[in-house]
Order: sequence, then structure tokens, then C-alpha cells
Amino acid sequence: MRYDLQVIASWIKPGSRVLDLGCGEGELLLYLKKEKAVKGTGIESSEAKVEKCFEKGLQVLQGDITEEVRDYPDNTFDYVILSQTLQQVLKPDMLIKELLRVGKKIIVSFPNFSYWSIRLQILFFGYAPKNQQLPYEWYNTPNIRIITIKDFRRFVRETGCRVLKEVDINTHSHDLQGKIVSFLPNLRATYGIFLVGRRNEKS
Amino acid sequence: MSEYIEHDRAGISVGIVEKKFYTFAAPPDELVLESGARLSPITVAYETMGALNDDKSNVVLIAHALSGDSHVAGYYSENDPKPGWWDIMVGPGKGIDTDKYFVICTNVLGGCMGTTGPCSLNPATARPYGLDFPVVTIGDMVKVQKALLDHLGIIKLLAVIGGSIGGMQVIEWAISYPEMVASAIMLATTTRHSALAIAFNEIGRQAIMSDPNFNKGDYYNGPKPDLGLALARMVGHVTYLSDDAMRSKFGRRLQDRESLSFDFDANFQVESYLRYQGSKFVQRFDANSFLYITKAADYFDVRRQHGNDSEVEAFAGVKAKVLVISFTSDWLYPTYQSRGMVKAMKKNGLDVSFCEIEAKCGHDAFLLPNERQSTLINRFLKRVYEEESDAL
Repeated sequence: MRYDLQVIASWIKPGSRVLDLGCGEGELLLYLKKEKAVKGTGIESSEAKVEKCFEKGLQVLQGDITEEVRDYPDNTFDYVILSQTLQQVLKPDMLIKELLRVGKKIIVSFPNFSYWSIRLQILFFGYAPKNQQLPYEWYNTPNIRIITIKDFRRFVRETGCRVLKEVDINTHSHDLQGKIVSFLPNLRATYGIFLVGRRNEKS
Repeated sequence: MSEYIEHDRAGISVGIVEKKFYTFAAPPDELVLESGARLSPITVAYETMGALNDDKSNVVLIAHALSGDSHVAGYYSENDPKPGWWDIMVGPGKGIDTDKYFVICTNVLGGCMGTTGPCSLNPATARPYGLDFPVVTIGDMVKVQKALLDHLGIIKLLAVIGGSIGGMQVIEWAISYPEMVASAIMLATTTRHSALAIAFNEIGRQAIMSDPNFNKGDYYNGPKPDLGLALARMVGHVTYLSDDAMRSKFGRRLQDRESLSFDFDANFQVESYLRYQGSKFVQRFDANSFLYITKAADYFDVRRQHGNDSEVEAFAGVKAKVLVISFTSDWLYPTYQSRGMVKAMKKNGLDVSFCEIEAKCGHDAFLLPNERQSTLINRFLKRVYEEESDAL
């Protein structure tokens, strides 16, 4: 399993109720179901990926994440996972607020746009950055939000939530291995992974 | 649903099946219908496939739509030219795998393929009921299926599966017998007809009732209202297709001619196709059954019948795991209706899965070969079967 997903999985308590937004082919949900006996639900927009989830025996709903989360009553889930999707969301602030309504805690991960090589690309070449994690051109990228680790910390603070855990990692997308970056993560980490709770939530 | 009965492309079949009958509700134990009317006796036609396992935990009930019957798959004899209506889905190794599951399919109450309906003999008059047959509902159809299962000693259903009006019966099952239904698969269906769907049904019914041979439904000893029924079928058939499907299937192509005839013969392929569909349908279907079954579908409304006008409340008691499938080009029961019921189920914390399958062929897509639909159903059933076995 991808390294960032391994980190996320390590935070989930056994037997929890988990909602995985943009669950893809259900890799994380299958792991959580088998290893942690979670009651998992996936939401995925691609019909072909939904079929892959069915093949894994998962409960999944095809649809748009912003639309689908609205239907759940408060506190339906112990964890809501938004893995590498925040940078593609049109209204991230609204979505995060909604996620913290349906889930007691949320896990958010995103590519860090202030990674040093991205900074250097803009500084020296003057082009919008492109690399293994962000392989798109400016005109066809689904990543419409430029987020850095520092941005996200400030965002959480300003929205009155709490960061319960933060792990910044250096990896390549789909890489099975990576390492945790503790020193200067905003510069040296390719991904930020956050466990966020409401103001009074204990970690 | 249409005349698509297709042979399995790989030639795999469940083999020879037999139509069986069970009669109940003999006086004085009449079945009290939702309308308050009493019906007695009731015969239900049914077919079974596959083997019932020792703990009777592998039972799958299939509910058919408007024009289907108990003959869901397989052949009646060695020389039977046509298999059952869902032979592509039901059989060894198929979406609904008869090597694993014991499949039951009944003909609906009000139908004309063996179960008591308007063409059955009314014991009070010794003549066919005709319009003296009481108006039945989807709930009444399900009650009759339940009576058969009681008779067969089946107390738990691994799954109830159906599309269109069959899907309505699935919804009714999940709501009315929550303890009995482990899972419910609802295909191309709705919790209540839109005005559009009621409108097309009403056109069909008016076509039948205005046929000169209709004779207030009492036509069994004379000429039948074939023209009206064929017209009803033609209208229905159009609603089961889609603009896309009709464009690619017919376009404006002419039938057996080079140029227009400047009269009212069928010039276009689509005209000739609809006439053919209509004329084939009247050979096997009773016009009164068309009236009763479409009426039952129009009356179906889970909010009114089960939810004090709330869809969320209607699903409140459901315990089944649910799979809902809709099709992109289905304009009779469009995806928004499926999403609406999924939403109500989510609000109730139900274990519900949903997929909108990209398909060009309209409402009838659920009856046609579709790898994706077969896989989704197959894997959902497998999951539920495993989870149910683990829970024991």
C-alpha cells in the first residue's frame, strides 16, 4: 500500500466507522476492513473504480464527494478520510466544515506546494511547477488549489479546529516507501497528512 | 420491460426448469388486500433454480417487471426455442449464480402467467374476473410472495432482486419484512412514479379501454382488445428505450423500401419495429393484466404507504444491505430518483451501495447484457453471503 495510506491507516482505531472520500479502487478501505475491522464506506466518482471496489467486497457509493457527504447525519463516522483530494476541491473551506459535521475526526492529506524543488522551478525557470507528484500542465491540472503545509496549519487554526496529529512525508506518489520529515517539513516534505478534530476533540 | 429474451452468448444455461403452483387463501382465510377487498383463493405460479442449502441461507427472490413472469431463466423443454427473460443474468457462474444460490421467481398477483389475475376464474361467477378483479398494489404482490415463501419454509432471504416494477417489489420487501431480507438489489426503479411515468401508463390504459373489443374488460369469450393492447405496448416500448438507442438502432432508415410511400403504411424501420413488438405482445399478454399491473405501479408510493409523506421515514425500519443501480439513459426512472432513495437510506444509516451505469439503451438496460451490472450484482451478493455466514 502507498506510504501515505500506511500512515493514515496507522491512525485509525480498530472497529471505527470510516468514510473514505475519493476512495479510488478501495485499497485503503480493504486494508482497514481486513486489518482493523472498520465499518467502511467509500465514495468515488468513477464508475470503473466503483466496480473495482465491489470486486473487493466494499460498500461504495458512486457520486461527487461534496454532494454525497451532505446526506449523512451528524457524527455518522469516527473518521472521514480525504486523501490527496483537497487540492482538487472547489470549495475546500465548506467541504472541511461539512466533513467535521459528519465525522468526529478527519484525516486530510495533500501535496505540499512549497516543497523545495517546486520553489526552485518557479524561481529559476519561471514555469508552473511539474514533477512526479504534480505531473500536469497548468491548463489540464485537476489540482486547482495551491496548498502548503503552513497554509493548512493556519487554515485549521482559523477555522477553529485542532490539529490532533501531523505527519509530513517525503515520497513519490504510488511509492510504497517514504520517510517522515520532521526538520523543515514545509520545505522538505512532498506531502502533509493531518488528523483534524473539532476544537474540543482530544487526540 | 421488453422482448429482449436473449440467449446467453456463451451458451451457458441453468437448464430445464418447471413452472409450479401453490394455492392458498381458501375461504374463509381470504387475503385482505390493501384496498380492503378480499381475494380467495389465490394461486401463485413460481419457478426455482439451483439448490437450497441445508440452513436455507442461500435464497434469492427475483421479482419481475410489467411483462415478465416466473420464467426468469432456463428452458421448459429440450426443444424450447426461448429461455427465460433474464437468462443472461441467472445461471451457473452468472451475475446471480445458480451454483451458489437457490433462486425463486414468482408471477405477480394480477398477472396472466399462472398467478391469480383478472383472467382467472372468479369462483363467485365461474367466469373470468375481468374488471371484477380487485385493484391490487405492489404491497399485495409482495404479500402473495411472502405466503409462498412461508409455504416453502423459507424464513430468510439472502437477497430480493428486481428492476423497474420488480424493483418496487424489492423496496416493498425491504420495508415490510425487514427481519427477513438480508439484502435488496434495486435496479432502474423508483420509490414512486413521476407524473411522466403515470402519464405514459395512462395512455396505455386508455388505448386498451377504448378498443371496441374491450367490452368493459369482459372479452374472454370473444375478440380481444388486441389493437389497444398493442398500442399500449408501443407507447411503453418507446419509454423503455432512449433517443440515443433509437437513433443508432433505427435512425430514419426505411423498412423494405427505397422511397416514401405517401400513405400510412409503416415506412420507417422504427414504425415497423413497434408494430411488430405490439403484435407479438398481444399473443402472450392479457390486456386486463396490463391495466392492473400499471395501476399498482402508479399507486406505489413509499412516502404515502410507509413514511407519513417522508421518504426518510419510509426507510427507517429497513435492515437490509442495499444495492441501487441506475442507468444514464433511463428517462422513465431517471438517476435522480435512485439518488433520492439512496439519500433517504443514508440518512437512516443503512449499508447502501450505489452505481449509475453508463448505458445507451434506456430503461431496459437492466435486462440487456451488461458486464458491469452482472459484476456489481455478483460481487454484492458474494459480499452479503460471506458477511451473513460470518454473522451466524
